[in-house]
Amino acid sequence: MTGAGVLCTAAAPRISNKDSIFRMMDQVTSQSNNDAVLIAEQVTKQVSSPEGDLTILADISFRIAAGDSVAIIGESGAGKSTLLALLAGLDLPTRGSIWLDGKRLTDLDEDGRAAVRASSVGFIFQSFHLVPSLNALENVMLPLELAGVANPKTKAHEILREVGLTPRARHYPSQLSGGEKQRVAIARAFATQPAVLFADEPTGNLDSRTGLRVMQLMFDLNKNSSTTLVLVTHDRSLAERCDREMILESGRLVADSKAAA
Amino acid sequence: MTAVSYAVRTFGRELRSGEVLVLLAAVALAVAALTAVGFLTDRIGRAVARQANEVLAADLRLRAPTEIPAEWRDAAERFGLQTADTQTFPSVVYAGEENALATIKAVSASYPLRGSVRIADELFGEQRVVDDIPQPGTVWADPALMARLGVAVGDTVSLGETDMRVAAVLTYRPDQSIGFASLAPSVLVNIDDIPATGLINEGSRVGYALLLAGEESSVEDFYADVEDRLPEDVRMRNREDSSEQAANAADRAQRFLSLTAVISLLLSAVAIAMSARRFAHRRMDTVALMKSLGASQRFVISAASVQLVLLGVLGVLLGSAVGYVVEKLLTGMLADMIQGDLPDTGWGPVGLASGAALILLVGFALPSLFQLRNTPPLRVLRHDAMPPPPSRLLVAGISLLAVAALLYRAVPDGRMLLIVLGGMLAVGAALYLTGRGMVALIGSSRSGVGIAWRYGLANVARRGRDSAVQVVAFGLGLTVLLLLSFVRTDLLKSWQQSLDEDAPNHFLINIQPQERASIAGIFQGNDIAAPQFVPMVRARMSSINGESVTERAFPMQEGERMANREANLTWAADLGATNEVVAGEWWPADYNGEPLVSVEEDAAMEMGLELGDRLEFLVAGQDIEATVSSFRKVNWDSFQPNFFMVLSPGALDDYPATHVASLKIEEDQRAVLLQMVRAHPSVSVIDLGAILEQVQSIIAKASLAVQAVFVFTLAAGIAVLFAAVQSTIDERRFESAMLRALGVRRRTVLAGVLTEFAALGFAAGFLAAAGASILAAVIAVQLFELEYSFNPMLWVAGLAGGIILVCGSGYLAARGAINAPPADVLRAA
Repeated sequence: MTGAGVLCTAAAPRISNKDSIFRMMDQVTSQSNNDAVLIAEQVTKQVSSPEGDLTILADISFRIAAGDSVAIIGESGAGKSTLLALLAGLDLPTRGSIWLDGKRLTDLDEDGRAAVRASSVGFIFQSFHLVPSLNALENVMLPLELAGVANPKTKAHEILREVGLTPRARHYPSQLSGGEKQRVAIARAFATQPAVLFADEPTGNLDSRTGLRVMQLMFDLNKNSSTTLVLVTHDRSLAERCDREMILESGRLVADSKAAA
Repeated sequence: MTAVSYAVRTFGRELRSGEVLVLLAAVALAVAALTAVGFLTDRIGRAVARQANEVLAADLRLRAPTEIPAEWRDAAERFGLQTADTQTFPSVVYAGEENALATIKAVSASYPLRGSVRIADELFGEQRVVDDIPQPGTVWADPALMARLGVAVGDTVSLGETDMRVAAVLTYRPDQSIGFASLAPSVLVNIDDIPATGLINEGSRVGYALLLAGEESSVEDFYADVEDRLPEDVRMRNREDSSEQAANAADRAQRFLSLTAVISLLLSAVAIAMSARRFAHRRMDTVALMKSLGASQRFVISAASVQLVLLGVLGVLLGSAVGYVVEKLLTGMLADMIQGDLPDTGWGPVGLASGAALILLVGFALPSLFQLRNTPPLRVLRHDAMPPPPSRLLVAGISLLAVAALLYRAVPDGRMLLIVLGGMLAVGAALYLTGRGMVALIGSSRSGVGIAWRYGLANVARRGRDSAVQVVAFGLGLTVLLLLSFVRTDLLKSWQQSLDEDAPNHFLINIQPQERASIAGIFQGNDIAAPQFVPMVRARMSSINGESVTERAFPMQEGERMANREANLTWAADLGATNEVVAGEWWPADYNGEPLVSVEEDAAMEMGLELGDRLEFLVAGQDIEATVSSFRKVNWDSFQPNFFMVLSPGALDDYPATHVASLKIEEDQRAVLLQMVRAHPSVSVIDLGAILEQVQSIIAKASLAVQAVFVFTLAAGIAVLFAAVQSTIDERRFESAMLRALGVRRRTVLAGVLTEFAALGFAAGFLAAAGASILAAVIAVQLFELEYSFNPMLWVAGLAGGIILVCGSGYLAARGAINAPPADVLRAA
């Protein structure tokens, strides 16, 4: 059992004082393995540069339990976005393994990882990344259709209503404000009720008021749908709203609030 | 959701947003330009071929010593061919006390099927075109014959048992100059009058001919159908074995047309390649996003392919509509210039052009699409994450295959394909290397210039690979345009000049050796230089290396026909000015050994001859054997008397020879011919003016086509420049907004952009001028066998055109980016 395994206490079982330490450890292991929706094991990412290999992430291990909300924080260049990309299967680590919703991403090819994303992952990006040639409704329908969900239109309408954008359903991204675009992106991310939702600086491009509203929306949806939320940010106030904070420094995991708890 | 429904759903929106307009425009323009070029080359090509056919007065001629069996006439009718009959035989024509040998040409009402007859109302009077034949009971007579008989229009001559009125002077018939067979001046007679003359009896030497003409394909089908079935004594001829000059000119005109078609095809290819690259590039972000949302590689590539197909179809539809209108307009414009009614080509050229554009689109977009498939989904987080560049081999392979396939169809000539494609590849490679070199050079030497220059030059350096690709696109576009303008002006001029002003326009044949001095005297007495007399002996080839020519297997049918027909042999000590030895050696001037023969290179190739082969000829009932000692290239365009077979001096001394001579006689000097014919009645005069005229008309038509094509190609060229600029427009928009947000004035940003384009334009223009000059020289000498003269204007045009055109289209394309409010651009980014 790795140290990181013990960190995932959000969904960990209550341990009676009477239980032996071994029994407890076994239980924790099996429970956490059952409940962890995202596992990183000794993940290292290196890239080659003119000065030789550059280590962006070094030996990162942790588990994130289903339904948790986790903030990954750190300075610019600490490796936050790289870690997010690896966790979501957008890129592969140089060494180590990653499990997402029970599937070992590092064993899958690109299409295999895409299939995992289609069924289990939602994204919210700093720069929204809506498809410019699709309107708000169609953008929300897109992941539903890719995942082969029945009645994608009805579902998309429903979720657009939840984010308060029904009047904007037929608008194209160029006709929406920044906050509206991010709300469409949030609707799109939650549409498939993914196991894990990754958010990369979701309020980075918004003014603080709009940012707050968008954040509130995200946490509400997260709570209602029991989705696991992994949030990359350097906004401390945003991070504090999460169940757990992990701090990256120069590619190393230097602090984890769950570990400290 | 299927990839198709996604592609269809987003396509309309992308069209409206202008995302794909450049590629759409490139495809539509390619279709329109290729349609126009295809139409022109097809129409004018056919007109040229028909023009060349005039030397036969038909597309095909069947000739036999007896009446042509009805079987062949029926066959011709089955193939929908028009027919006309002629009978040709020598006979003496009487006028009072005078008489002269004439060639009687009896023709049926539909004669001639190609070209037209011209007559005049008095000797050397003004001639006019007629589409009639002599009325029964009348004849049209050659001026030389009338001079010899001393008759005028309206007088009566006797032909066999009938008297006929001379209704007109026959100044021209299209088939008057086939070979040297017709020794005597001709009389055109209505074929219905022949039985009454009683001139055709058993044993008469009559040449019966069936002239045939029709749709090109029907003629070809007929030819293929009957070729092997014709009896021994029925000979079939097409223009190739009738007049070297006309066939040559037509061939060269076709090569001109092919070359211009190739050039416009290449330009379309570059325009499509540039915009296809942008098409794929613009999709990268969306593809990365789709993949991050869980779309498979198959899904993204299918969606992009479907959109490409939709775009191609739309482009083809637009282009076809424009192309069809252009075609109709051109038909109207050209109606006066192309004689004769040519069949409507309908949608043919449009269809071909559409196919070509689609092949280009697929060929150039496929590699980019393959690359698109590998776009890393990581790009959603890191915008600099790029798919691995497509394998150069794959890109080059697929695109070259597409272009080569199209060129192969457009250019039946493998050598032209090789030269043009190889040349463009070499120029492209040089452009790319120079582009990269320039980028490196500029990168290290841009300090010490003003901000606009620094910004502009920095852009060139920073965009590295893109800048180099832009230099290639600009440069190839310019090379092709320069090459076409060279073809349009210099090469055509060189062709026209190859028929020099002093080219002879008359042949004198059947001159007896003792008549030479007197004839020379007559011309000199009229201030005309005495012609050079060339000896000629009529012979028939009997065997090659001891193998009879009737049994020998020839590599080409032309060769078999040539070996089996009567040949004119000559001998010479010196190689004529219009001849050049290409293999073997010419004999020394004082040679007097065993007979040697020098053979014209095409004839040698068609008959499968090699140096050292022994040719046996039958001359006046005796055999003479000569060894092939050299092959010659002959400049037939010189209109000098030239021969397929030239023997060494002394070889033909013991055989009866006549002489031929050629000379240039101006219109107002023609009376001297009358004087000469009266003094030497047995000498025949052949007016080469007819063939010269045909050749000149062919050149004029080819020029017209090349000029018209130039206009369309220019449009395609500008599309290339525009597409090349468009390929970096997004970055440009962002940069200019950023600079302006930082307080840089609009004018300074503009100056920077212009500096960048001027640098690119200069590099492209310089290399294009160099490339075009080299290619032009190779094309002129190798493909057209014309003289190449260096044209400094090509360099001026290359450099000035490079800078002005590139800056101009750059400005037009980038203007929007520079003028857009910075806030809008930065917000959208």
